[in-house]
Amino acid sequence: MHTQQKHTGVQSFNFAARLLHWFMAVLILAMLFIGVGMMSSLSLRPWLIDLHRPLGIAILLLAILRLGNRLLSATPPLPASVPYWQAMAAHVSHLLLYLLMLCLPLLGWATLSAGNWPVTMFVGWNLPPIAPVSSALYAWFRAAHGLFAWVLFLLVLGHLCAALIHAWIYRDGVFSSITRKARGK
Amino acid sequence: MLKNNLQGLWKYRVPFLGIFSIATALVLAFAWTGGFLGTGVTTKEFLGDSLDHFPPGYRRAHGKGMCFSGTFHASGAAVPLSTSRIFLPANIPAVGRFSIGTVDPHAADNSTATVSMALMLVGDDKSQWRMKLNNEPYFATRDAEGFLAQVEAFEPVAGTGQPAPDKVAAFFQKYPEARKSVEREANATWPASFAGTEYNSINAFVLIAADGKRQPVRWSMRPRAAVEMLSKEAHAQASHDFLFDEITQRVGVAPLYWDLVFQLAEAGDPVNDPSQPWPSNRKEVIAGTLEVNQVVEQTHGACRDINFDPTLVPSGIALSDDPVLAARAGIYSQSYNARLREIGFGKATDAVGKKEIK
Repeated sequence: MHTQQKHTGVQSFNFAARLLHWFMAVLILAMLFIGVGMMSSLSLRPWLIDLHRPLGIAILLLAILRLGNRLLSATPPLPASVPYWQAMAAHVSHLLLYLLMLCLPLLGWATLSAGNWPVTMFVGWNLPPIAPVSSALYAWFRAAHGLFAWVLFLLVLGHLCAALIHAWIYRDGVFSSITRKARGK
Repeated sequence: MLKNNLQGLWKYRVPFLGIFSIATALVLAFAWTGGFLGTGVTTKEFLGDSLDHFPPGYRRAHGKGMCFSGTFHASGAAVPLSTSRIFLPANIPAVGRFSIGTVDPHAADNSTATVSMALMLVGDDKSQWRMKLNNEPYFATRDAEGFLAQVEAFEPVAGTGQPAPDKVAAFFQKYPEARKSVEREANATWPASFAGTEYNSINAFVLIAADGKRQPVRWSMRPRAAVEMLSKEAHAQASHDFLFDEITQRVGVAPLYWDLVFQLAEAGDPVNDPSQPWPSNRKEVIAGTLEVNQVVEQTHGACRDINFDPTLVPSGIALSDDPVLAARAGIYSQSYNARLREIGFGKATDAVGKKEIK
């Protein structure tokens, strides 16, 4: 992904990328909290799980859009002041974030399918199953869904910390490349 | 170099502290939401250490059971009340489970007075309706936390073997509604058969009609077979598997039938309190009849890997705000995930009919 990136002199992500980034940031963070909350809560599970399914599919669709936009548009380069290991960490973590944004909803959908649960978007409207009914598949999909969600939480946390370090300490334009259109050029 | 780095850290101490605080707050909030932090009661507390320490592959509650299959013959009488296609006059397949209330999957059938029917109906539109019904007519307490409080209060004290009176008194102080359930249980007769037992939804639900009208209901599976009870003496002497032996033998001879009877709440009936039965003169609607014509061991039956989560209802039925209903969803899910993990990862032995490797 690193070498394939088109830079062509842009200093900020395009409008669609910025909009998708912040909108999905809210959705994904909400989704992570809904996910752990619906497993622990005594009173909110039915309500939370009814949110969890359509929100997950919404994230899947937005992630596909976002991936398309990312592959087709120019992305700003990291400044030369960023050390090599940090640049590598950034690229690998971004790649993993994309992977998980796509994988987690698909795994959730597959988990419900394998467990013979209806994949209800809203009352009376279900998605078709994407996996055969199988307890072994259910167990693996469910375990992977839970584990990957924890990995995503840690990645989001690291991403947030790194972003704030760029914003408040390095002040090198990395943070502003996702918050606003670069001025000048 | 090190000195420079330290000076750099000191120079940026305010932003570093800010970032650290934000990250810590996020981690703490996430841990609290997941029930890893804090004192709030979570779903896992109802299952204790059984999630990790239990005969692998078995349900963490009502572990001993048998699968059944049959047909649901809808009468059409519930069509004016609910848009669910399950109520259209037709025959649809039914899968279910008879179980006893004891946790231990190898318990004797006379170890409890609680017997249950679980059922899954699938409509012609593939909509699912899952339910789990008990022979008790109502829940002991108004909320799920009350169940934990009751278990704790009635814990036998070492030495006397009896519950501590002050703990019991404190429990009744907090949950006065539980008196009637405890008294009923003390005088209860014991079910002699799964066949002659009425099973109750206990929680309230809401039927939604085509015109949007919402009717709160509870329901029962009312047996066509005569209700049979055992005396305390006969129950004490009953054989280890008498309930399951009896139902196997009986269904082998002829099908068994239960009517699905809706009890319609009237204005003012407590919909959000499963400890309060509604007056017995409420209007009833017989939505259909369940015919059970086969029972099979749960090790290989279709019911084994089904979570009979009572919050899975078809469109045309909605959940009420009964807090115990919502709690059951999360608790059942914990048990289901634990045992399907064991089954799926090949750790289950006799639960799936495999001989234990020694």
